[in-house]
Amino acid sequence: MTERSTPRWRQASTAVWLVAGLLALLFPVLEHNAAYQQIGVYTLIFTACATSWNMFSGYSGYVNLGAGVSYGTGAYTMAIVSRHLDPNNAQGGASLFWVCLLSGVAAMVVAYPIGLVALRVRRHTFVVITIAIFFTFQLIAINASFTGGTGGLFLPYIPWNASYYDVPFYYVGLAMVIFAIVLSALVRRSRFGLQLLAIRDDEDRAMGLGVEVGKIKLTGYVMSAFTIGMCGGLFALLQGQIYPQFVFNPLFDISIALMCFFGGFGTLVGPILGAVVLESSQQYLTVQYSNGSLYLILFGALFLVVILFMPQGIVVFIRQKRKQRSDRRIAALGAQ
Amino acid sequence: MSSLIEVRNVAKAFGGVRALDGATLNVAKGSITGLIGPNGSGKTTLFNVITGYVKADSGTVSFNGQDITGARPDAVFALGVGRTFQITRIFSRISVLENMLVASQRKESWIRGLTRGMSSAEEIDNAMTWLHFVGLGAKSHLEAGSLSYGQRKLLELAYILVANPDVILLDEPAGGVNLTLINDISEKIQALNEQGKTFLIVEHNMEFVMKICHSVTVMHQGKDLTEGSPEQVRSNPAVLDAYLGGADEGDDEVGA
Repeated sequence: MTERSTPRWRQASTAVWLVAGLLALLFPVLEHNAAYQQIGVYTLIFTACATSWNMFSGYSGYVNLGAGVSYGTGAYTMAIVSRHLDPNNAQGGASLFWVCLLSGVAAMVVAYPIGLVALRVRRHTFVVITIAIFFTFQLIAINASFTGGTGGLFLPYIPWNASYYDVPFYYVGLAMVIFAIVLSALVRRSRFGLQLLAIRDDEDRAMGLGVEVGKIKLTGYVMSAFTIGMCGGLFALLQGQIYPQFVFNPLFDISIALMCFFGGFGTLVGPILGAVVLESSQQYLTVQYSNGSLYLILFGALFLVVILFMPQGIVVFIRQKRKQRSDRRIAALGAQ
Repeated sequence: MSSLIEVRNVAKAFGGVRALDGATLNVAKGSITGLIGPNGSGKTTLFNVITGYVKADSGTVSFNGQDITGARPDAVFALGVGRTFQITRIFSRISVLENMLVASQRKESWIRGLTRGMSSAEEIDNAMTWLHFVGLGAKSHLEAGSLSYGQRKLLELAYILVANPDVILLDEPAGGVNLTLINDISEKIQALNEQGKTFLIVEHNMEFVMKICHSVTVMHQGKDLTEGSPEQVRSNPAVLDAYLGGADEGDDEVGA
């Protein structure tokens, strides 16, 4: 039995999940300040994206720094489709949330050919190629006519009262987070997930044991694009207007990766922890001190600490500490 | 006995180095075939060519009468050829048991993996049986990266056995393993062989090779030097020359 499956540990982690879930569920009820509610929505969007990103990159070891392609594709899909569906705000807005599903599908459709090409190479080369593809997409968005070019696109205005405007967005975001976590947990427990982990550890060896690595990697890559695309759609609807630089944003790619590394790359809880801590503190600092760059200084310092003292992220760090403690206890028992 | 693996005139050069230079090899169905030769004679490259890790420049490889020259490693494995590596390759950041589970899905398509759990009770039972055999039963929940070199070797052997291919290619199974265990391993190989499993073994431990192999092929400078029973090979002076790095004229004699 591993130390992670002791009854006490299981009880503790169930309790943490319950409290966190309850807090997430009640947040808009407890917090009426619209600015903070919006921080909540952003945090949920990033939590879902980080969890979904980790489901492929964290499990397979293929660090994708072009996740913004899925996000931007989702955002533009939302913009173009919602303008078409609701040119006069006739529907009152809420039904437009369903378009997020379409955003997710569009992101998957775009991810398929990219994955087919990019996943032929490994490690650093893969990272570089995903960045290159990302900037290609940003350029397309800047120059194409259907994206509105640098002028961006305006989405239908949703005529909701400002005091609860963010609440529906919050709960749709929460639904996406739950979806991403459940999917990631299911993948981790499936044979498919095991094969992704095997690819991370030694792709050639996995191939020699019959793992069809090409198909497995592509499936993971395309699956992970779905939630990120949905989040892009939700973001576009929330903003009401989108520009190439904001939805195809290199800071998005980096943030997602950093959140996962900070919390615990390849673990289920790590990306959630990373996104909740980093995104909410970033937004809070920006809102509280009206300074959009302050967080960069804090993050810089924080990452130095993490890289120096817990390079595998907080979750793995805590696990190792627990294991050391239980090892010591076993050793002490043995000595008696 | 018919040949299960047939390698015909395979050549492979890495830059200017001709690792394989017209090698031919037969592995008879139901046999334990040894592949020996000095370091650098091309044994491991030949393994890589058979299992699809390296593409041959020329020549053919067939398995069970089917041409598998240039097939991908996963396809070769699915047909029934499993292998271990000289420098052990395990999945270091998942548990020992999970390592075994990766291997136990030989004929399952990738799409099935999406809809099923990581393991069935039967697969775990089977995996544990083999882990107990190699003495790793108590370590099944440890991260595989925490195993020692010898234990990794055993884990690799265990998961190739759980995969249950028709023919098993072992690259130095006795290297770095203690004496008692070498005897255990050779006994198990012989027992599996009696049940019809075919083995191709690269090994430097001559005692091990001579004891269990039915037929031995000697490689030298990328070519098969000779083939025969362990006794024939042992008494062949050309083999001794190859191993002792004999004089050049010795090599010429062989070529003649």
